[in-house]
Amino acid sequence: MATNTDCTTTAGTPALGPEPEAATRNACKLCAPLGAAMVFKGIRGCLPFLHGSQGCATYIRRYMISHFREPVDIASSSFSEDDAIFGGARNFELGIENVISQYQPELIGVATTCLSETIGDHMLGMIKTYQDNHQAEGPPLVHVSTPAYSGTHSDGYFATTLAIVKKFALPSNFRLSHRVNIIPAMMSCADLRHIRELCERYGLSSTLLPDYNATLEGGSWDAYHRISPGGTSLEEIEEMGASTATLELSHSQANVKQSAGSYLKSACGVPLHSLGWPIGIRLSDQLFTSLSEISGREMPSEIADERARLVDAYVDAHKYVSGKTAALYGEPDFVIGMAAFLSEIGVRPILCATGSKTPQWKELLHNEIEGGMADVEALAGVDHAKLASRARERKPDLLIGSSKGYPLARELGIPLLRCGFPIHDRIGGQRQLYVGYRGTQQIFDRVVNAFLEAKQEYSKTGYSYL
Amino acid sequence: MNTVTTGDSIHVLDDRAAQVWTKGSSKEFACDRKSTAGAVTQRACAFCGSRVVLYPIADALHIVHGPIGCAVYNWDIRGALSSGPQLHRNSFSTDLAEKEVIFGGEKKLKASLIELIEFYKPKAAFVYSTCIVGLIGDDVEAICKQVTQMTGIDCIPVDSPGFKGTKKSGYQAACEAAYKLVGTAKTDGIKKHSINLMGEFNIAGEAWMIRKYFERIGVQVVATITGDGRVDDLRRCHGASLNLVQCSGSMTHLSKLLEDKHGIPMKRVSFFGFEDTAQALYDTAEHFGDSEMMDKAEALVREEIAKYAPRIKAYKKQLKGKKAALYVGGAFKAFSLVLALRALGMQTVLAGTQTGNAEDYEQLKEICDPGTVIVDDSNPLELAKFVLEKDVDLFIGGVKERPIAYKLGVAFCDHNHERKIPLAGFEGMLHFADEVARSVLSPVWKFAPRRSLHMKTNLNPGND
Ligand code: SF4
Ligand code: SF4
Repeated sequence: MATNTDCTTTAGTPALGPEPEAATRNACKLCAPLGAAMVFKGIRGCLPFLHGSQGCATYIRRYMISHFREPVDIASSSFSEDDAIFGGARNFELGIENVISQYQPELIGVATTCLSETIGDHMLGMIKTYQDNHQAEGPPLVHVSTPAYSGTHSDGYFATTLAIVKKFALPSNFRLSHRVNIIPAMMSCADLRHIRELCERYGLSSTLLPDYNATLEGGSWDAYHRISPGGTSLEEIEEMGASTATLELSHSQANVKQSAGSYLKSACGVPLHSLGWPIGIRLSDQLFTSLSEISGREMPSEIADERARLVDAYVDAHKYVSGKTAALYGEPDFVIGMAAFLSEIGVRPILCATGSKTPQWKELLHNEIEGGMADVEALAGVDHAKLASRARERKPDLLIGSSKGYPLARELGIPLLRCGFPIHDRIGGQRQLYVGYRGTQQIFDRVVNAFLEAKQEYSKTGYSYL
Repeated sequence: MNTVTTGDSIHVLDDRAAQVWTKGSSKEFACDRKSTAGAVTQRACAFCGSRVVLYPIADALHIVHGPIGCAVYNWDIRGALSSGPQLHRNSFSTDLAEKEVIFGGEKKLKASLIELIEFYKPKAAFVYSTCIVGLIGDDVEAICKQVTQMTGIDCIPVDSPGFKGTKKSGYQAACEAAYKLVGTAKTDGIKKHSINLMGEFNIAGEAWMIRKYFERIGVQVVATITGDGRVDDLRRCHGASLNLVQCSGSMTHLSKLLEDKHGIPMKRVSFFGFEDTAQALYDTAEHFGDSEMMDKAEALVREEIAKYAPRIKAYKKQLKGKKAALYVGGAFKAFSLVLALRALGMQTVLAGTQTGNAEDYEQLKEICDPGTVIVDDSNPLELAKFVLEKDVDLFIGGVKERPIAYKLGVAFCDHNHERKIPLAGFEGMLHFADEVARSVLSPVWKFAPRRSLHMKTNLNPGND
């Protein structure tokens, strides 16, 4: 058994005694400004700006680049010691001026870091002063408060979608028929593209907030783009208040005090469909039902065919997977969607873990798991060391989550299905499709094949037919 | 609409104009400054500097005191290898929550340290303070003292909140922290001809290669600081008689301390490229005034070059005349790269660093060809500007520079701490040549739109 660094002493022996509790060991989460930057990257012409010291921005850039392999420019107000003590107003103003001069953005997305939050920089005041000093010239600025000590990257992500609709969506007396708003969870670029395409199949045009499918997975360039092309335009966001409906594809947002979707409902009267991350047949069915309701159309036959083929695939492969167990981890919504899918194909998601402390996450998870929760452990606010120690005991057959699970998979000698964010030891994480019947088909094949491959690898005979 | 620009229309910020210089111009050149707000610097923070330097000490506990991000973005991202313990590859953090930010995080830090030390049995612990901690005023030093007393394990605070300056201030803090261990163990068994290898981070096992060269010429390596580092080696590294400093940016402070307080002289060296590696061995032999050692060094150099030179020559034929841009952390790396590229027949047309000082840049200006652009603390837009203007074939940098090159159809080689290919020494030069060639000569660039202007007409004949 390969040893895992999180459970080995410096002498190389297994660490014994009580597991450390106070410190976080190998976190299963990132910080809130990263989530904010993801959303800002999904708006056309938007440059993310982190108000605080520059290290945070640089780290977040590096981290996102390693997954997406695309340019991720994030500005910072580059606090020095003086700014940390006396406030960052001067640096903020200079920083914004420099960003405008270099990038000519259509929007600047300002997120606070822990530091500027703690010194209590008054962002709205600073933005107003800046705009007063510049006669309201230049691009608009939107602000979101994202101290990492009160939330993870998922929280930062949704806080930012909310901040954006609050600032830009306009209430409206009429409805744009056939226009829907989609608030996706932190999905892959391929997922965003597929959702847009599905809406089109139902005759609906969609506004995705955010839509980083092109900015974080774009083509090769013939000329230099200061800001990657793509993203949702500000006009589209303004019109979100006039859409026929909003689909919020996130279980975790269904229970928060206010989400982008619930704001659009209460402030602009846009009907809200609270759905989950549509992985698996049941959660995808809910998405398609909503699309049918909104569009007044039946399911297009191509999609019905996809569903039929998926059911057929489930049947063809059920024996290879049923009774198997898996441990999964990642964003709170991803874990719920994935657990729902696994449980409907007969794989028990015995360990479900997320680094976030999403309200009622465990209940939400319970509701989606077929066959009851008796043997399912739901670990919220957990780190990788704790997940690993539970996995050592429960011995799942498969691990599903980001690249960060590799040491554990290696230790346990089980396959790791790289899903979610970040995937930095394989190529193409942003191109993986998870949603809808088509995405489910792809992830289903990967799950089944992971089991088949493991069986083949570890069998004495090396079967060639399975 | 997105703004589509060519290199010529990207301008350099006024605040930064003096940090961009072309060889042959009489303009002043400025460096060693704080980064400009909003400039989108490629630099990280002081904390990052300290973490880079101390991270490879593999049997120490490294805990980041602050909210989670600063720790988790650092989790095992570097290619520094250890031949034994792997404790450094974990990411430990006090992961401060809101109430601790308000009421202080001392209690959590103390509990964390005690539990982690009990569990992992490290040889020492480094406690990194991030911005928030610098601000809320936790007395990290006092906690470290208490825990040291309680556990008998040295807990050493690293005073490097990110806002304290650039990476360089972090290097300084790291050197101060490392120095706390120096002189705390006996130096028995250390030979007369002994060195410390400083500023070598054992990326992809480079320290192991270099160590072997020295052993072959009869020099004992007391400590590699900090690659494949060990606490006990640091404790007795003051027994060595010479310090060879490779990454001078990070280690000058520690080597000065060793010189001032323990009388150990230092030499700046580089192990990148044939010439530099040979020079480092010769300088060492000369320092020890040992002719037998010099003979061995010469024999070693001859033997190694004979092994690799033919293949490098073959690459040179293919790469001749190609143009390269480089943007790296430290200046010493930049000098070596210019020379190594030249050895491959390539010309450096853009050279920049994150942390060079005036003296470094003088040297860089010296070795570059006329017309070369030299930049300090650059950003993505400026780098893109020069990639386009100079029409480069290769970019050498780190992860953050990679997409700039790739988007524009330019080959890229990683030369920072995250790479997994050893580039040091004679063998490393072959790896370097090999990697440069595999990328620059790859057929894929043909498809990059910027480099195949006829693509449009070919795909859509009839409507050009
Ligand atoms: S908070 Fe400070 S120490 Fe942490 S990454 Fe940001 S700048 Fe660096
Ligand atoms: S200080 Fe806060 S925002 Fe910055 S990297 Fe650390 S956790 Fe993230």
